[in-house]
Amino acid sequence: MKFSGLRVLREGLTGNKGWTPHWRDPTPKAEYDALIVGGGGHGLSTAYYLAEKHGLTNIAVLEKGYIGSGNIGRNTTIVRANYFLPGNSEFYSHSMKLWEGLEQELNYNVMFSQRGIINLFHSDGQRDAFVRRGNAMINQGDDAVLLDRDGVRKYLPYLDFDNTRFPIYGGLLHPRGGSARHDAVAWGYARGADQRGVHLLQNCEVTGIDIENGAVRGVQTTRGAIKARKVAIVTAGRSGQVAAMAGMRLPIESHVLQAFVSEGLKPCIDHVVSFGMGHFYISQSDKGGLVFGGDLDFYASYAQRGNLPMAEHVMEAGMTLMPMIGKAKVLRGWGGIMDMTPDGSPIIDKTDTAGLYLDCGWCYGGFKAVPASGFALAHLMATDQHHETATGFQLDRFRTGHGIIDEEGTGSQHNLH
Amino acid sequence: MRLTCPLCGARDRREFYYQGDAVAMTRPAPDAGADAWDDYVHLRDNPAGQTRDLWHHEGGCGAWVVVTRNTVTHEVLSVTLAETEARAAR
Repeated sequence: MKFSGLRVLREGLTGNKGWTPHWRDPTPKAEYDALIVGGGGHGLSTAYYLAEKHGLTNIAVLEKGYIGSGNIGRNTTIVRANYFLPGNSEFYSHSMKLWEGLEQELNYNVMFSQRGIINLFHSDGQRDAFVRRGNAMINQGDDAVLLDRDGVRKYLPYLDFDNTRFPIYGGLLHPRGGSARHDAVAWGYARGADQRGVHLLQNCEVTGIDIENGAVRGVQTTRGAIKARKVAIVTAGRSGQVAAMAGMRLPIESHVLQAFVSEGLKPCIDHVVSFGMGHFYISQSDKGGLVFGGDLDFYASYAQRGNLPMAEHVMEAGMTLMPMIGKAKVLRGWGGIMDMTPDGSPIIDKTDTAGLYLDCGWCYGGFKAVPASGFALAHLMATDQHHETATGFQLDRFRTGHGIIDEEGTGSQHNLH
Repeated sequence: MRLTCPLCGARDRREFYYQGDAVAMTRPAPDAGADAWDDYVHLRDNPAGQTRDLWHHEGGCGAWVVVTRNTVTHEVLSVTLAETEARAAR
């Protein structure tokens, strides 16, 4: 089934009876060429690119719940390529290019909206840092525009510019940044993978990883044993548990990150606004809800819900920045489990077990990375070589100290990012 | 979430700074080698369930405490002084 405007029109006139399910519900086979553990954004895009770019179609995605039930359905949908350090810059730049062609590639409306991201600064020193970051972004081939105070006022007239603690000096505008419909990204990749022959096995929890003579041979699941010579662990916050099945300990601590959405409002916030000093960012969804969040709760957690102190802090920061949102009612809040690494950057690498691959450590920035992460992991699984845009995300950088990618410049320890 | 400091009683989570997994209670010797230190600084069991971590009561008495709690339910099972645990281990 191919989506088109004509098709929508025809279905609308004929009672919408012609739509078919986006993907099949196959019975697991005894053996595949490759398995991807985790049916979230990264796992699904990996499966899609394995099939599309490398012709590996005898593969399966194993998902313990349903497709899109994890962080891909719990994030705040921001897409950006405003990184500073080599290792990250080329990777997120590649991801942005994939985003820009994604809807055509998948024939699926992911509601990708390049509405621009504005990162605010509040001092001369912070301005210098943003100038430097903006130049790095431009050197990478992406876009950045330095806005002074009046420049920000033109875009965001509703901010409190003369806040006593954090007066607004200006902002760094990243015009190509924006947002996308998170669920649709999962569904689009799932549908694309399924159309190319990939089996999407839902309610199929991996309970063991079979290893013989240092090489992976398959997995045990709640739907039976499945053999494969290549297995990728793409399980975000649950990476520690799955890796433990292969006898590994990871440099990952799982933390809860909260997000909130208000009741639907008339369009009022046209961009993604990031208020770093208040640990607050906000955008408005196409339904009208204000989608906003802050920082981690800062203690290890798998609860998918946070505590009140951080909820209160986020609301306070929002009121500090834009007092106009004070009368909007918060509709709901939720939490997602972030796979935090010591340096705040991810891991896409082989492991000591032959045929076992790892894609994790996305911290609180996994959504925008979905296309490029799947692209790079698919390349690694198919060729055993790192893709040129993802050579820096190596597992042993923590042990050796070489190649740490500490974007915030705060250090490489678990409680610093 | 409230933590019961052994010295101060039940206090708001905001009074405490979270250090991380209680690995600091078993710090390796300086010459233990790269793998032992990688284990200590970076690698984590990261359990979904019962865990032990180290918190600092920085907004209170300043004590370091070992908190045993559940990462799935946020239930706090016990809070003890890190000093007590360190002396017992000696």
